[in-house]
Amino acid sequence: MIGGMSREGWINLAVLAGLLVVPLWALWADEPFTITLATRVVILALAAVGLNIALGLGGLVSLGHAVFFGIGGYAMGILAHHAQTYTSVMEWPLLIEGTKSMPVVWLVAVVASALAALVIGVLSLRTSGVYFIMITLAFGQMFFYFAISWSAYGGEDGLSIYVRNGFPGLNTLVPIQFFGLCFAILCAVLWLTARLMRSPFGLALNAARQVPVRVETVGLNPVRLKLVAFVISGAITGLAGALFADLNRFVSPTMFSWQFSGEIIILVILGGVGRLFGPVVGAAVFVVLEHWLGGLTEFWLIWLGVILLLIVLFARGGIVGMLAGRSVAHD
Amino acid sequence: MSGILIIEQVLNGLQFGVMLFLMAAGLTLIFGVMGLINLAHGSLYMVGAFAAAAVAAATGNFVLALGAALAVAAAVGAIVEVVVIRRLYATDHLDQVLATFALILIFSEGTRYLFGSFPLYLDIPDALSGPVTLPGGIQYPLYRLALIGVGLAVAVGLWLLIERTRVGIRIRAGENDREMIAALGVDISKLYTLVFALGAALAGLAGALVGAIQSVQVGMGEPVLILAFVVIVIGGIGSIRGAFVGAILVGLTDTLGGIFLPELFKLFMEPAAGTQVGASLASMAIYILMSAVLVWRPTGLFGARA
Repeated sequence: MIGGMSREGWINLAVLAGLLVVPLWALWADEPFTITLATRVVILALAAVGLNIALGLGGLVSLGHAVFFGIGGYAMGILAHHAQTYTSVMEWPLLIEGTKSMPVVWLVAVVASALAALVIGVLSLRTSGVYFIMITLAFGQMFFYFAISWSAYGGEDGLSIYVRNGFPGLNTLVPIQFFGLCFAILCAVLWLTARLMRSPFGLALNAARQVPVRVETVGLNPVRLKLVAFVISGAITGLAGALFADLNRFVSPTMFSWQFSGEIIILVILGGVGRLFGPVVGAAVFVVLEHWLGGLTEFWLIWLGVILLLIVLFARGGIVGMLAGRSVAHD
Repeated sequence: MSGILIIEQVLNGLQFGVMLFLMAAGLTLIFGVMGLINLAHGSLYMVGAFAAAAVAAATGNFVLALGAALAVAAAVGAIVEVVVIRRLYATDHLDQVLATFALILIFSEGTRYLFGSFPLYLDIPDALSGPVTLPGGIQYPLYRLALIGVGLAVAVGLWLLIERTRVGIRIRAGENDREMIAALGVDISKLYTLVFALGAALAGLAGALVGAIQSVQVGMGEPVLILAFVVIVIGGIGSIRGAFVGAILVGLTDTLGGIFLPELFKLFMEPAAGTQVGASLASMAIYILMSAVLVWRPTGLFGARA
């Protein structure tokens, strides 16, 4: 198997190893901040892996994925807020209590963002092209303004959670343990995504992006395929939102902002659209650039802009595309 | 709720709408002719406002400031088109979104580098300051009335330019069939630069005009950009008429919604809760309007049928 691994496979393995080695080194060198940065990379990568399913496989340019990230974040924020104030989320028609347990929070985050993705997907997939970009943006803005005016949960100021939620058998307050948890989730989702890409559904989706008419002729419904992809995509990004909220112990309407939707698109394109590890590489490079350029100059965003521009104009296929060459599996 | 208040708010909505039209017209023209999504259009709005504020601070002359806004925004637009945008016409929407997003970063931080993070102020000229009395005894700020006038004049001018001049014929031809007009000997790349500079000048003008009633600061372009996108999507991308109808619709919905929705909900809810529900619905109103229009007509009100 190893002998038959492609260049992209080796790159992916190296990225995964690097993502694991850096925080372990930081643990040995006693640099907890580096561990936090690595956790941030892992969580942003997870959000972008989610987006990549819609964007890379389904060809759906969603400028509204912050909706799902924010829903995941608020799922965590609301449940933990009620748990820390000893109040219940809802008393009627059924009693729902807050919780400080990560698995429960994740489940709520995934289900809620999948439902939102279903509704948004059904409405948005009536359109295509630029209109699709803009209608997803509109939904993002609706959630953004809703969160701002939802004063029960902090409105514009957001919600602070005093203690990170717990996971059975782990002390999540120890940075390296929380990192390990996020890393394990990212690996699991990457494995599922790889399976998905090779499954009959993944192949049909790939075809639906490239030649919808042919897919229709063989009796498949391209819109339904894209809708399923959009829901899976939203659910994964929602899970990332819940983890991100736990990393910062804080949620605010900025999680819903269109700039964030733009940022995760950048992560995907930076790494390589439709590549399994594209979003991971993109997130790592983005966070490192942000940290490194941010240390050099106050106006680091100019340089980020220049780098992005150069990548779009001269390095189609992103960083993974540049390193691995054109892959046969993608168009 | 008096009649005077309603008329005042309708005028405010119109003023907001025509300013949105200045932004949206350029955006929709650029999309219609070149097929380009330009997220950096908001940056040109900001460039116009800063140019006007800088010139007004140096000379104290508002007309000169407006002229500077038009000229600088058009020049910056033309340069950006030649250096960057030109390479994006043949690429897909995703690359365009990313590249123009990168331009936003460059413009915003570049402006912060040049002018600092503190807002600048652009004063309303003396001749246009103060209120004016309208028929029916309504007091209304003269400057805002002038904005409505300028916006309508630009709309008419743009219509004449596109329907009645040779350049307009070429622009319309470019929308329909770019290979054909290139084959007929029209220098298509020059036409594209011209259209982009025209759109940039309109955005810069809007930035300068609005800059006098709000503060001129980095990041002022993005909220307007999003609204301008809402406008052109409602109107149908590529349609100037659609942009006008969409702009007025969005301007009125946003302004009237902000005033009347809280009042409406206070009628049948507790005042505090009603105000809050109304206010939150009001800030979402235009996005709800836009998604409703798109669900009903997936290519906007005046968009070409796919």
